[in-house]
Amino acid sequence: MKDILLLMLFPPLAGAFLNGVFGRRYPKALVSAIACGASGLAALFALIGAWNYTRFWSPAALPLRIGTWIRAGAFRADFALYYDRLTLVMTCIVTVVAFLIHLYSRGYMEHEEGYYRFFSYMNLFLFMMLVLVTAGNYPLMFVGWEGVGLCSYLLIGFYFPKKSASDAGKKAFIVTRIGDAGFTVGVALMFWTFGTVSFHSLFPKVALMPAGWDSNALTAICLLLFLGAVGKSAQLPLYVWLPDAMEGPTPVSALIHAATMVTAGVYMVARSNVLYAHAPIALETVAIVGCITAFFAATIAICQNDLKRLLAYSTISQLGYMFLGCGAGLFATGIFHLMTHAFFKSLLFLAAGSVMHAMSGELDMRKMGGLRHKMPVTYWTFFAATLAICGIPGFSGFFSKDEILAAAYNGPLGGPWLYWLGTITAGLTAFYMFRALFMTFHGPSRVPEDLAHHVHESGSKMTGPLIVLAILSVIGGYVSIPSALGGSERFDGYLAPVFFSSEHFLRTTAAHAPSGGWSGLTLMGFSLAFALGGVFAAYWLYLKSPELPARIAERFAAPYRLLVNKYYVDQFYNWLIVRPIRVCSESFLWKRVDAGAIDGGMVEGSGAVTVALGGILRRIYSGNLRSYATWVLLGAVMWIGYILVMR
Amino acid sequence: MNFLMRDSLTILIFLPLAGVVAMGFTSRKAERAIRWTSLIFSLAEFAFALLLFFKFSPDQPGMQFPEHIPWITSPLISYHIGVDGLSLLLVLLTAFLTPVAILASWTSINDRVKEFFMVLLALECGMIGVFVSLDLFLFFIFWEAMLIPMYFLIGVWGHGRKVYAAVKFILYTMVGSALMLVAILYLYHVTGTFDLTVILRDFQGGSKALSGTAQVWLFLAFFLAFAIKVPIFPLHTWLPDAHTEAPTAGSIILAGVLLKMGTYGLLRFCLPLFPQAARHFAPFISVLALIGIVYGALVSMVQPDLKRLVAYSSVAHMGFVVLGIFTLNLIGTEGAIYQMLNHGVSTGALFLLVGMLYDRRHTRLIGDFGGLANSIPAFSTFFVIVALSSMGLPLLNGFVGEFLIILGAFHANAVYGAIAASGVILAAVYLLWMVQRVFYGNVTDERNRGLRDCSGRERFLLAVIVAVIVFMGVYPKPFLRRMDWAAQTVVRTVHPSLPPHALRRAAHHPLEVKR
Repeated sequence: MKDILLLMLFPPLAGAFLNGVFGRRYPKALVSAIACGASGLAALFALIGAWNYTRFWSPAALPLRIGTWIRAGAFRADFALYYDRLTLVMTCIVTVVAFLIHLYSRGYMEHEEGYYRFFSYMNLFLFMMLVLVTAGNYPLMFVGWEGVGLCSYLLIGFYFPKKSASDAGKKAFIVTRIGDAGFTVGVALMFWTFGTVSFHSLFPKVALMPAGWDSNALTAICLLLFLGAVGKSAQLPLYVWLPDAMEGPTPVSALIHAATMVTAGVYMVARSNVLYAHAPIALETVAIVGCITAFFAATIAICQNDLKRLLAYSTISQLGYMFLGCGAGLFATGIFHLMTHAFFKSLLFLAAGSVMHAMSGELDMRKMGGLRHKMPVTYWTFFAATLAICGIPGFSGFFSKDEILAAAYNGPLGGPWLYWLGTITAGLTAFYMFRALFMTFHGPSRVPEDLAHHVHESGSKMTGPLIVLAILSVIGGYVSIPSALGGSERFDGYLAPVFFSSEHFLRTTAAHAPSGGWSGLTLMGFSLAFALGGVFAAYWLYLKSPELPARIAERFAAPYRLLVNKYYVDQFYNWLIVRPIRVCSESFLWKRVDAGAIDGGMVEGSGAVTVALGGILRRIYSGNLRSYATWVLLGAVMWIGYILVMR
Repeated sequence: MNFLMRDSLTILIFLPLAGVVAMGFTSRKAERAIRWTSLIFSLAEFAFALLLFFKFSPDQPGMQFPEHIPWITSPLISYHIGVDGLSLLLVLLTAFLTPVAILASWTSINDRVKEFFMVLLALECGMIGVFVSLDLFLFFIFWEAMLIPMYFLIGVWGHGRKVYAAVKFILYTMVGSALMLVAILYLYHVTGTFDLTVILRDFQGGSKALSGTAQVWLFLAFFLAFAIKVPIFPLHTWLPDAHTEAPTAGSIILAGVLLKMGTYGLLRFCLPLFPQAARHFAPFISVLALIGIVYGALVSMVQPDLKRLVAYSSVAHMGFVVLGIFTLNLIGTEGAIYQMLNHGVSTGALFLLVGMLYDRRHTRLIGDFGGLANSIPAFSTFFVIVALSSMGLPLLNGFVGEFLIILGAFHANAVYGAIAASGVILAAVYLLWMVQRVFYGNVTDERNRGLRDCSGRERFLLAVIVAVIVFMGVYPKPFLRRMDWAAQTVVRTVHPSLPPHALRRAAHHPLEVKR
C-alpha cells in the first residue's frame, strides 16, 4: 500500500521538477506530455491504491510511516501517510479531475508564453494536494496546505506582467496565511494538550476521553483549525481572495479554485471529525459560518456580470454548503457535495474557459448572448452543470445538496433556520446560475461586431474533458440515492467507518431537539420549489422581459449598489486594516520611532552628550594653572559645605 | 591523519590564517591567484568543518574535540577549546558562508583585492575562534579581534556613508563588550578562573556561588553585550546602517554569522552562568523579542531600499531566535538553534541576491526596479525561492525552526505563541510585496531591460544554496540530533529541578482543564 501511494505521489513531483528546471528548452509537446503523463500516472496509481485497499484492507485506517522529519524534545512529526476510505475518495477525486484538467489545458494554454511554467506549477500543485489528503499528521498536512497555497499564488499570478494578477496572487497568499497562523497555533495547542499531532494516535486518545471531560482546550483547537479552513476554503470573513483569484488562467480556477484546493478546509474538518464531535461548540460554529457564507456569497453572485467572478462567488457559496453539512454533524454529506461539486464546478469553469477562448478573453456576460448556436458542446455541457448545481432532480447536485439540507434540518446539530437559509440559498443559486446561462448562451447576441465572426467552438482537446465531466456531473449523484426516494445512501454508508462513531457520539451527547416533523420528501419538495422558483425568475427577467432587471435596479438603487459593490467588504478591509498598518508603519514606526526616537534620540543623543561632556571636560583641562587652582578651591568649598550641611 | 583529529579545532581556527599568510606572500598584481587562494582555503576549511560534523558523536554529552593548553599562568588563562552541538553547527555555518561570501565578491571587488580577501579570511578565523573558545578570556579576545576586520570591511569597501556606519557598528558593539569585560573580570574575582567549564562545574556543584544581586548585574552586563549583537529591539539601529553600507560579502557575514554570536552568547554564557536571573528576566526579554518580531516586520515592509528591508527582516527573524531561547524549554531552544542556521543561510542568500542586483544596476531602491522576471527569469526564480524560505514555507528550512519556536513559545505562554504566529503572516506581507514590486509587472525602466541573467558561477552558487535550503527543510534530523545534548544541557541548567525524563515528555499545558 505504501509503495502504491509513493508511486502516486512521485510522478507529479518529478514532472514539476523536470518541467520547472529544463522545460524552457523542451518543445511544448514534450512539456505537456510530461505533465499529463505525470498526472495520468498519479490517477492510475490512485485507482490501483483504491482497488488494493478495498481488496485487502478496507475498512481499516492504515497509518503508513515513510521517514523521519522533525524531532525535537517530545515533539515528533514524521513523513507519515494515513489511508482510509476518506483518503481513498479524496485521492480519486483529486487525481481524476486534475488529469482531465491537465488534458484540457493542453488546448487552452497552447498559445500562451510560459507553457512549461504553467505545467510545472500544475504538477507541483497536484503533488502538494495529494500530500494534503494523504498526510498522516497535522504538520505534514500543513506542508500540503501551504504547498497548494504556494502553487495557487504562483498560478494566480501566472500573467505576472499584469498588476491585477500579481496583486491577486499576493492577496490570496496573505489572506490565507492569516488562517494558517490560526492553524499553526491550533496544532501547537493540540500538541501541548494531547502530546501528539499524528492522526492515528490522536483520534483514539480524543475518542476515549472520559465522559464529563471539560473540553475547552479542544474547542479552542477546533476553532483555530477552522480558522485555517476559513482562509483556505474562502469562508466569511476571509473569502475576499477567491474572487480576485480569477485572474489566473481558467484551468487553474477550475482545478484549484473550484474542485480541489479550496475544498481542503472541508476535508480537514471531515478528517478531524473526532475532534469536532467532542467540541460541539466548534462544530456548530462551522455550520453557522458555512450557512451564512453560502447565503451571503449567493446574494453577491446575483449581481455579477463577470462570468468567472460569478462562478467564484458560487464556489464560495457551495463551499459554505459543505461546511454546513459537516457542521450539522453529518460529515459524509459534506464530502459527497465536495465530490459532485468538483465535477460540476470544474465543468462550469472549463466551459467558461471555452467561452472565454472563443470570445478572445472577454468575460462580461453583457457582451455575450446567443452563443448556444455557435458552441453547442460548450453550451450543452454548461447546461448540464447548471442543472446539477441548481439541484434539479436527476442531476448530481440534487442528491448531494438535498442531503446537506436534510442534514441541516435533521442532523445532530441541525436547526430550522440553518435549513431555511440553506433552502433560500438554493433558490438564489438556481436564479444566478440560470441568469448566467441565459445571458451567455440564450437570447439575442450582444457580441461586439469585431468579435462576432471569431466566435467558434473549441477544439477536441478542450471539449473532450468537458464531455467526460458532464457525464460525471450527471451520474455522480447516483452513488447515493436518498432514502426518501427509496435509496440506501450508499456513499454515506461507504464512509461510515470513518464518521460513524463521531456522528453517533454527537447524536447521543450534543444533539439538538429534532426540529419539526417534516419527512425527507417534504424537505425535498421545499428545496425543489425554491430552485424552480429561481429558474423561473431568471427566465422571466432575462429571457421573457429583459428590460425588467434595469428597472428593478433603478427602483431599488441602494440595495443594488450594495450588491454590485459586494457589500464594500474589500474597501472596508482596505480602509480599516491595510492602509492604517501601512501608514502607521511608515510614518510612525519607521520615521518617528526608529529613525527619530531610537536612532536620533537615544543613539545619536548619547553621542552628542558624549561630545558635550568632552567639551566641558576640555574646558576643565585647560592647562591653565590658575583655573586648576580655582577648581580645587571650588571643590574644597563644596566638600566643606557638604560636610557642614550633612552634619 | 592522527594529528588532524587531535588538534582538529586548532587547525580549524588557524587554517584561514594560513590562507592570509599565503596571500600575504602573493603579489598584489596577481588578483586571480589571490581570489583562488582565498577560495581554496575557505573550501578546505568548509571540508574540514564538514568532516568534524560527521565525526561528532551526537549521543555524547559535553564538549568534543577538546584541547586544553595553559597559556598565561597569572592570571590563569588557558587555550581551552572544544565544541558541543551548538558550536559545531555554528562553525559549520561560518565555514559554509565564507566561501559564499568570497564567491559573491569574485568580480564585484576590484579595489585593494589582496587586502579584501585577507580581511575576509582573518574574519573567519576570529569567528571560528569565538564559537570554539571555552575560556572566557580567550572568547573575549576573539570577540574583540573579530571586530577589526569587520570594521575595515565596512569602512574601506563599503558604499555611501561607510565610515559613519563602521564607526556606529564599532561603538555600539564596544559599549556592550566593555560591560561584558567588567562582568568577566568580576567572575574571575569570584571563581578564580576564566575557564567556563570549571566555573559552571563550581556553580552547579555549589562550591562557588553568586549572590542574587550579583547574578542580576552580571546577567545584565552579558545580556547587553549579546543583545546589541543580535540585535534585540531597541538596540538594533546599527544594523540597517551597517548592512546598507557594507559590501555584499560584509552583509552576508554580518547577517549570517555575526548576529548569531549574540544568540550564541546567550545560550553559552547568559543562561548557564546565571540561571536564576535568566528565569527572572525571561518574560521581559520574550516581550522584547516579540516586539522585535512585529516591529521589525512592519518597518521592513515600508523600506524603499532592498538592503534595509532585508536588514529589518533580520530584526524580526532574530526576534524569533531570542524568543525561542527564552522559552527556556527544549523544543523552543532547539527551534532557536535551528533558526540560527536557517537565518544564516536564507538571509545570507538574500543579501547575496541583492548584491548581485546591485552589481548589475547600481541601485538598491525598490522603486528603480519592476518587471525583472521578464528580463532575468533564472535570477528571479532563485530570489523567489529564497524569499519563500525566509517566510517559513514548509519543506524549506525556515519552517522547521519557526514552527518549533512557536511550539515552544506556546508552552511558555500561549499569547507569545499567538503573537509569534502572526509574525509569520507579516513576513509574507513584506517579502511578497517586495517580490511583486521588483520582479512582477512590466519592465518600466529601460535600464532594467538588458540586464544579464545569472552567470555560470552565480547559477552554481545559488543552486547550492537552494539545495541546502531544501535539504534543511526536508531532512533536519542530522542537525537536530547533533544539537540535542547541547540544548538539553542549557535547559537543564536553567531548570535544575526538572525530573530526568521531563524533557522527553510533552508536559501538559496549563490551558488544559483538569478532569
